Amino acid sequence: MNALNPTVTVTLGALAGLLALASIAVKVWADGKALPADAEIRRRTRAWWVIVGLFAVAFFLGRSATLVLLALVSFLALKEFMTLAPTRQADRRALFWAYLAIPLQYYWVASDWYGMFIIFIPVYLFLFMPFRMVLIGETRDFLRSAGTLHWGVMMTVFGISHAAYLLALPNAVAPAGDLGLLLYLVLLTELNDVAQYLWGKSIGHRRVLPTVSPGKTWGGLLGGIGTTVVLAWLGAPYLTPLTAIQAIAAGLLIGLFGFAGDVTLSAVKRDLGLKDSGSLLPGHGGILDRVDSLTFTAPLFFHFLYYLHY
Amino acid sequence: MRRTLSKQLFFALLVRPLVFLLLGVAVHRRDRLPRTGPAIVVANHNSHLDALLLMSLFPLAQLPRVRPLAARDYFFRSRVGTFFARYCLGAIPVERNTHGRTDPLAGAREALRRGEVVVLFPEGTRGEPGRLAPLRPGVAHLAKAFPEVPIVPCHLKGLERALPRGEGLLVPFICDATVGEPLHWDGSRERLMTDLEAAMAALQSGSVGHPMNSECTSDVQVQAHGLSACDEQSDKNQSLTAN
Repeated sequence: MNALNPTVTVTLGALAGLLALASIAVKVWADGKALPADAEIRRRTRAWWVIVGLFAVAFFLGRSATLVLLALVSFLALKEFMTLAPTRQADRRALFWAYLAIPLQYYWVASDWYGMFIIFIPVYLFLFMPFRMVLIGETRDFLRSAGTLHWGVMMTVFGISHAAYLLALPNAVAPAGDLGLLLYLVLLTELNDVAQYLWGKSIGHRRVLPTVSPGKTWGGLLGGIGTTVVLAWLGAPYLTPLTAIQAIAAGLLIGLFGFAGDVTLSAVKRDLGLKDSGSLLPGHGGILDRVDSLTFTAPLFFHFLYYLHY
Repeated sequence: MRRTLSKQLFFALLVRPLVFLLLGVAVHRRDRLPRTGPAIVVANHNSHLDALLLMSLFPLAQLPRVRPLAARDYFFRSRVGTFFARYCLGAIPVERNTHGRTDPLAGAREALRRGEVVVLFPEGTRGEPGRLAPLRPGVAHLAKAFPEVPIVPCHLKGLERALPRGEGLLVPFICDATVGEPLHWDGSRERLMTDLEAAMAALQSGSVGHPMNSECTSDVQVQAHGLSACDEQSDKNQSLTAN
């Protein structure tokens, strides 16, 4: 256990302050509307405290604890995805290996083995899993099952593990160390979600993708991206090695592809007939809803940064 | 005393982490589970984990007084099995083939007399995944002998994917456990069995577990099945969904 980088500590403190303000606002608003104690918005606010609390504790405990926490996020997200998706009994064995791939993938991160980290899932696992399914011998719906499994692992394990690999980058390059980079990515991604939602509520009219996600408007998208670009530019000198121009590009990247990840999961849910149920399978955690944007922004931000500075 | 402690330890250290972390359970209407006995809890049966999951829903302190029925010819045939059934599950043995010589449910009657919660699977055996087999009438015999005892139907979903019959490998899937409204003895065995079948079928079709029949937003469905389903945290918000 070592002392946290002061910038990271300040950022976490600011985040707690922001969350406190948001909680008060939500409480006043929800009390005014006489919403029950477990109304969606109240539960969401509590969930954010838990998420931020867990990350703060993990950051404080250090790099390994943070990697374990991210591996756990991958596990919960993959489990949720596979529970929602239709599977055949023949897929269970292949899925078992997909779960086993999670600790391995995060081990490559922990041991800073970049070559293995980057090919393990797309090459080895994606060749092995369909072969394992073939060995069961059930060919009916084979392609659909293989595709489902690949897509689930791609989003929840491969994508999110790129956020983890930020912690394997040399510490000296970024001003607040590797935890600062992770914080920058996760904060911008989640704030982008919130900003797109709030802008959409206030100035959104024309829909971007009416057949996929009727709630998403051009106003929300552009307002959200704008907000994210400003935040990315403001935070970059403290948390990243990015120059001003690069930070603006990173903001655009996270704003646009956070949206892409969000609507891609929406398309998945719509395909499964889940979208109209308001919230995704109540009681099933809703981890996917929280990390959908991150599954796109993590690999893209990582490679942007890696190409420019490492 | 030792027996109940081993069971509590088994659940606290092994079963509950497995059920709630590795698998994950969305519990709907946990408040309908009986807080005290005597009571009969019945559920559909698809997996070896059914009893473990169902028992995990009870508070640890209540667990020693929650007793699953287990076939003597299956669970008590070996030493290891007997040890497990007795010390880890606190199971009550049931004779499946008595040919009318003795009462197969003698142990269950004893337990109800002692004020315990009896857990049983009226399908008798793990049937085809996701399909409700015809219910056996044992539960009606118990109900007739103990007319005051509530019968609480439950529906479990997901375990037939996580650990189906004939598979030895556990693969994580999130499960659903839905607790229905208690039934009571009203003088007829046939009527009780019909009502129970209907209740179990309603729980199955109204279960919010699977995407294809996620009915959470449909108040009609909710009312039709007497379920204000939806959320493990929403045990208290019937007012919100039920009207």
